[in-house]
This record gives sequence, C-alpha cells and structure tokens, in this order.
Amino acid sequence: MSEPVLSVDHLTIKLPAGADRPYAVEDVSFDLKRGEILCIVGESGSGKSMSAHALMGLLPEGVAPVAGKILYAGVDLLTLSETDLRDMRGRKIAMVFQEPMAALNPLMRVEDQIAEVFEAHGLHTPQERRTRAVKLLEEVGIPDPPKAAKAFPFQMSGGQRQRVVIAMALALEPEVLIADEPTTALDVTTQAQILHLIRALQRRRGMSVMFITHDFGVVAEIADRVAVMQSGQVVETGTATAVLGAPQHAYTRKLLAAIPKLAAGQGRRATKASPLLQVSGLNKTFRTSHGLFGRSERVVRAIDQVNLTLFEGETLGIVGESGSGKSTLGRCLVRLIEPDTGTVTLAGVDMAHLKGEALRAARKTIQMIFQDPYASLNPRMTVGRIIADGPIAHGVPKAEALAKAAELLSLVGLDSSALARYPHEFSGGQRQRIGIARALALEPRVIIADEAVSALDVSIQAQVLDLLADLKQRLNLSLVFITHDLRVAATICDRIIVMQKGRIVEMGETHDIFTRPQQDYTRLLLDAIPGRSMDEAAVAAAAR
Amino acid sequence: MIGFILARLGKSAAILVAIVALNFLLIHAAPGDPAAVMAGEAGASDEKFLAQLRTQFGLDKSLPEQMALYMKGVLTLDLGYSYRQQMPVADLIFSRLPATLLLTFSAFAISLVLGTLAGVLASARVGSWADTLISTAALIFYATPLFWVALMAVILFSVTLDWLPGFGYETVGAGYTGLRRVLDIAEHLILPALTLGLFFMAVYMRMTRASMLEVRGLDFVKTARAKGLAPRTILWRHVFRNAMLPIVTLAGLQAGQLVGGAVLTETVFAWPGIGRLMFEALAQRDYNLLLGIFFISAAMVLLFNLITDVAYRVVDPRIRAS
Repeated sequence: MSEPVLSVDHLTIKLPAGADRPYAVEDVSFDLKRGEILCIVGESGSGKSMSAHALMGLLPEGVAPVAGKILYAGVDLLTLSETDLRDMRGRKIAMVFQEPMAALNPLMRVEDQIAEVFEAHGLHTPQERRTRAVKLLEEVGIPDPPKAAKAFPFQMSGGQRQRVVIAMALALEPEVLIADEPTTALDVTTQAQILHLIRALQRRRGMSVMFITHDFGVVAEIADRVAVMQSGQVVETGTATAVLGAPQHAYTRKLLAAIPKLAAGQGRRATKASPLLQVSGLNKTFRTSHGLFGRSERVVRAIDQVNLTLFEGETLGIVGESGSGKSTLGRCLVRLIEPDTGTVTLAGVDMAHLKGEALRAARKTIQMIFQDPYASLNPRMTVGRIIADGPIAHGVPKAEALAKAAELLSLVGLDSSALARYPHEFSGGQRQRIGIARALALEPRVIIADEAVSALDVSIQAQVLDLLADLKQRLNLSLVFITHDLRVAATICDRIIVMQKGRIVEMGETHDIFTRPQQDYTRLLLDAIPGRSMDEAAVAAAAR
Repeated sequence: MIGFILARLGKSAAILVAIVALNFLLIHAAPGDPAAVMAGEAGASDEKFLAQLRTQFGLDKSLPEQMALYMKGVLTLDLGYSYRQQMPVADLIFSRLPATLLLTFSAFAISLVLGTLAGVLASARVGSWADTLISTAALIFYATPLFWVALMAVILFSVTLDWLPGFGYETVGAGYTGLRRVLDIAEHLILPALTLGLFFMAVYMRMTRASMLEVRGLDFVKTARAKGLAPRTILWRHVFRNAMLPIVTLAGLQAGQLVGGAVLTETVFAWPGIGRLMFEALAQRDYNLLLGIFFISAAMVLLFNLITDVAYRVVDPRIRAS
C-alpha cells in the first residue's frame, strides 16, 4: 500500500480525575494509508472512539490529549487553532456517527442540513447548495432524492438517516472519513447495505476510511487493515486476513473466540418433549388516533395470527428485525401487553384470559429478562431487594427471600456481598446476571429473554450465554430467546422462529433454518450476517 | 393546520361553557350574597329590605333558574349587570381590560425576551462569572415575594431617587394628549411591568439555561461541529431552536395568566386594571362581575393554550406530522 494520509504518533489522551483509569488512550500509534479502510476494533471502554474524536478535535470537555502527535498533510492537528480545525472539519476529514436517530437535527429539513456543510465553508450559492444536496442524496442511494431532500429526519428510517449522515460527510469530498460504529444501531439487512455503500464510495472516491467497530463480523466484511485496542492501547495491528486468520495477541484471540459461531448450534437436534407453552391465534394491533375526531388513524398489526409451541426444556429463538413484532410477542406472553385475541396456554392454564389473583399466581411460572441492564434495575433499590421483591410479593417471609437471593447470586456467579449494594456499582454484564437472578427468584418454568445479551460486549455476551445455557440445564427451564442477532440465535437456540411484520415467516430447527432456509426473507437475513466468510473459513479449516 | 385549529376551537367552546357552569355553582356555594352585603353596608337589616333587594337582583329565584338565565345570557354574550357598580358587566370589564393587557403583555414580553437571552448567555459561558452572576440574580428574583419587590422598587426609584412615578396609570389632571400621553403612560408602566416580569424572567432564564445545556450534549450538535460550522451558528441554529420547545410550553402557561395574574401588582401600584376590579368584586359579592371576569380569564387561557399548540406545530415538524 501507499504512504500514510494520516498518522497517529504516540498519542496519549488524559481522562478527567475520578475516571476509572488515568488515560483514555495511552501511547497509541497507527497509520491510515491512502485509499484503505482501517478498522479500529475493541470493546466498550477500549478508547477506540476517543482516538477518532481526537482526530476531529471533538473530544468531550475535560478530556484532552497530553502527549503525541496526529500528523495530517505534514501538520500536527493537535497544534492547530480552533479556527483552523474548524476549516479542516468536513472539508478534509469528515465523520459519520453511531446513532443515525440522534445525529440529525430533528427540526431541520434534510437538504438544509446538507447545504449547511457548504455554507460552513463559504462555498456556492444557496441555490447551488440545494442542487448539490439532492445529488449527494442520489449518490448515497436514497430513493426519490428531491422528495427526501424536503423531508425531516423523523420521516425517514434509520438506514436512510445514516445515508443522509454519510451524504453530509461526503459533501466536500474529504480525504479521510471517520466512521464511528456507523452500523451498530441498524438492523442486519440495513447494516449490510450501509457497509456495501461505504465500501463502494470509498473505492469510487479513493478516500481513506477509519472505521471504528466492536464487531469482528463487520471487520471481516469491510477492513483492509485492522488495529485491535484494549484498555486504551493498540495490542495488535495487521492486515485483515492476518489478524482474523492468525491473531498474534492473546486478547485478539479471546475476542475472536467469543464471537458466537454460526456453526455452533447446527449439529444439535431438539429433543421432543411435551409442550409447555402453546400460543394459538394471537393478535395484537396498535392503533394511534390523532385529533379530536380521530380521522387519521394509524394501524399497526404488531402480532398477526401467531401460533407457536414451546416444548419442555427447549430454547426457542424468535428472530427478526426491528418492527417485526418479536418484542411485542414476548411481552404478550407474560401479559405485559394485553393481546387482542388468541390464547397463551401455559401448563394447561390460559394466561391470556386470567384476571386478578389468578393472573398474579400464574405469573410466577413465566418470567422475563430484559434488554438494557442499565434501565431494567431500579437504581434506588439494593440488589437483594430487587431479587427478593418478587417472592416477597408472593408471600415469602422477607428473611427467607433474602437468603434465597444470596443463593441465586452465587448461582449466577456473583458474590453474596452484592445483596446490600446498588445496581450502579456493577458493570453491564454483572447487572445482566442480577437481572437473571431476579427472573429466577420466582422459580419459573419458562424464561423470556428479550435481547438479553444485545447490549453487552462480545466477551461478556459469551459468558452470559454460557450462564443461561448452564442454568437451563440445571433448573430444567424452557427459554424463549428473542434476538435480532442471528449469530447469538445460532449458538443458543434449538428451534428458531423468523418473524417479519408481525407474522411468522418460517419456523424450524436451528440447523435447518441455517442450512436450508425455505423463505426468501430468511435467506435475506442470513446473507446479511456480517463476517460469514470467517465462519465458512473456520468450517473449511475444521474439515481439513 | 386549519382543520386542527377549527377542531380545537370547537373543543375550547365546549370547555368554556363547562367552566362558566362550574364557576356559577362554585360562587353560589360560598356563604353570603350581594344583597346581604349591601344591606349590611346600609345598616338596615330588616327582612323586607333584603327580600326587596333579592327580588331586584333576581336572587329570589331558584338556583337552577338563575343558572339557566345566566347561561342563556353568556351564550348571547350578555354578561349581566353589576348592581353594585350600576353598570353592565361587559362595559366595566372592557373599560379596565386595556390597562391590564398593557401591563401584563409588557411584563410578558420583558420576561420572555430578557429571561431567554440571559439563559442563552449563561449556558454559553457555563461556569464563568457571567453565568454565576445571572444564575444568582435569577435565584433572587425567583425567591423574593412579588409585593415586597414592588414596594422596594417604589421606595427606591420613586420616593428616594424620584426617577419614576410610583403609582397610577398616567399623571392625573395633566391632560396630556398624543405622544406626550404615550410617554407619560410608558413612564408609569416601567415599574409595575418590571416587577411583574421579574419572577417569570427568572423562570425563563433557569429553564433556557438547563434546556440549552441538555441539547448541547446531543449527538446532532456533534454532527454540526464535525461539519465545521462556526460556534455561533451551532448555538442559535442547532442548540437554541431545539431548546426552545420547553420555553414555548412555559410561555403558554404564563400567557394564560395575562388577565387574572396581576392582582397584587395592580394593587400595589394603583394600576386601574381587571385585577383590582376582581378583588373589589370579591369583597362585595358582586356575583355577575366576578363571573364575568372569570369568563374572560378562562377564555384567555383557552385562547393561549391554542396559540401555544399552534406555536409547537410551527417550531417542531414532528408534532405537525402526528
């Protein structure tokens, strides 16, 4: 490859006093070469995002580089004045952010937000700016660009918004594009499209791209070279083939090993047992009416005639993209959402039509684990109280319930000293363990896990998945596992249900779904999984 | 948009009728009536005189009958007759309304504009001496009772310094006309308007500051910086426009008080407005006048709620679409 466009040279970034470590980034060096895509990979807190923000001079307040250089076109960016930096931003180095939902000003039309880039650098007439905005929208593949230009961000899907953000970044034909987890918030099929788009634009324009991600699947799809970061340091750099194929550093190997393998669940066959939970003819329609007379009614069929059976001791995966109704379905099963019609028969009792005391009693049998370990635990309650609350509500004496909570904590791999502490004292993975202990406290027979590992880093994710599989064995649980991540589904599920727009598209054993999908939509989802080539290579290697 | 406004107007009219009915019932639930007060003032408490007064005022009829008569009047925009003041209620109210609206609108404008600007300034320099100064001043205005501020302002600016007139609407007996009269009224307006506006100015300032700081941390502000926009453009176009939404809510609430919210200020500064009229009517059990003022206040609140909702739609495209 050619000479570096941008080089980071022994960069150290200091964190404010009181942070969990003194430096966000410590003595980090890497080059971004002309016309390459460099992936910076690492888990949360590795300093990958901070390095990217430092290039743009966009570090948060209180965080500052204290040593090293960032060389671009022979100039150290760290020595530039704010005015010079501002001139460079957007024109020479542009950035795409993680959350397309939040990255656009909700009150401004798309064309105005794109035109602003030209305005910021004093280029073109207002008329010309608008024409160029439409052209850019066309280039990033948004359907009907003139109409999209007049739209407000909330009128677009997440993928379209990310295309708009990319269009803004491309406006002034920058030499360097920094993409900070640009596909993390997107559905798997949308992610595949955006990755493809970034790849195509990079080739067409000869840009250098610095792509920040936590997902090795994405790395396998897009990277030319890779830098792996851990706790503020670069532990390994190399070409994508080298790092993915023959990782040198122990941490890289650990991360790669933690990625759920598509082949993992594929040898397994579900053991047929007696049905435990039977859902038949379930429907849920959401209506939002507007105005006094409700003229413009929006009707969403979130669950449309769903039938399914969960057998004793099995793990049933429900996969689908956002808006497929998978979460609504999970919530209907535990009656957090009231289904309109249909039955949910759990161990011979129709949950969907129970009321009052009978419903309360029946709820013990079916418990839920939620997605966001940061939001699902009451921050003002001790962990002991959070876990014991359910049993206490069902009449267990307090002392007994707390003793049980201590047992549960050790069952999920936490120390019983956690009882008296508050949720904020724990990491995301630990909190999810607490969430699992809370669900187990009522000794349920069925657990609904709604995206239970989606918010976790990949190594933590692997631990929690192992824990769930282990608990399921030991306590004879049946699991409904709702996820958008097909890799996770492949590792843990016996059978899989694929949902789209509230309907079940396909249902079958995990092995069959992955190897012989019957429906186009399932195939589409499978093709979009990032890094499939890695798995195929692994399978080939195993076969040799 | 027009459909929305029409639907809301229809709803508001229904609510207004309900409010009038409720007011009527509440006021008659209180002990005493205008006849008793008048008889008491006249020193003649004999039954015959009372009965005669009650017949004259229509108070001898049953409550449902009185209510039916009153409601019928309101629906034809006849607010009744004040027997105490010997004038139609509508005439009384409209003679006092301009003075009150002048005072409250001035106070509203002063507090909204100055409060918001101070909030923007404080948030732009958060932690600086300017922020500390503005925040402290706002806290003082927020915490000090209105009547005390009013009295102190009169003592300082009117009695001690003799810069501004301390009470009244205009110089009595001066007979100014044209521009000279306008200036005279403006001079009288300064102290009461500032006094009345201070509290809300502090509220706007605090809310603007908090809202600006919150929006400043959002992702799209980072996007704007990454485009290379100048800080000033980011502040006004991206941060301020988004921070305005809670301010619109608050302005709508304050605007609803434009008619009825100045009783204290009007009393201290001898301002001849609705507030004082209402206070007197209450003391005298002047039912028709009180109900008339309540009616106008309620109509005003409903009107400004509607204006607020329209303003929301103008500012925020997301509300427009839903």
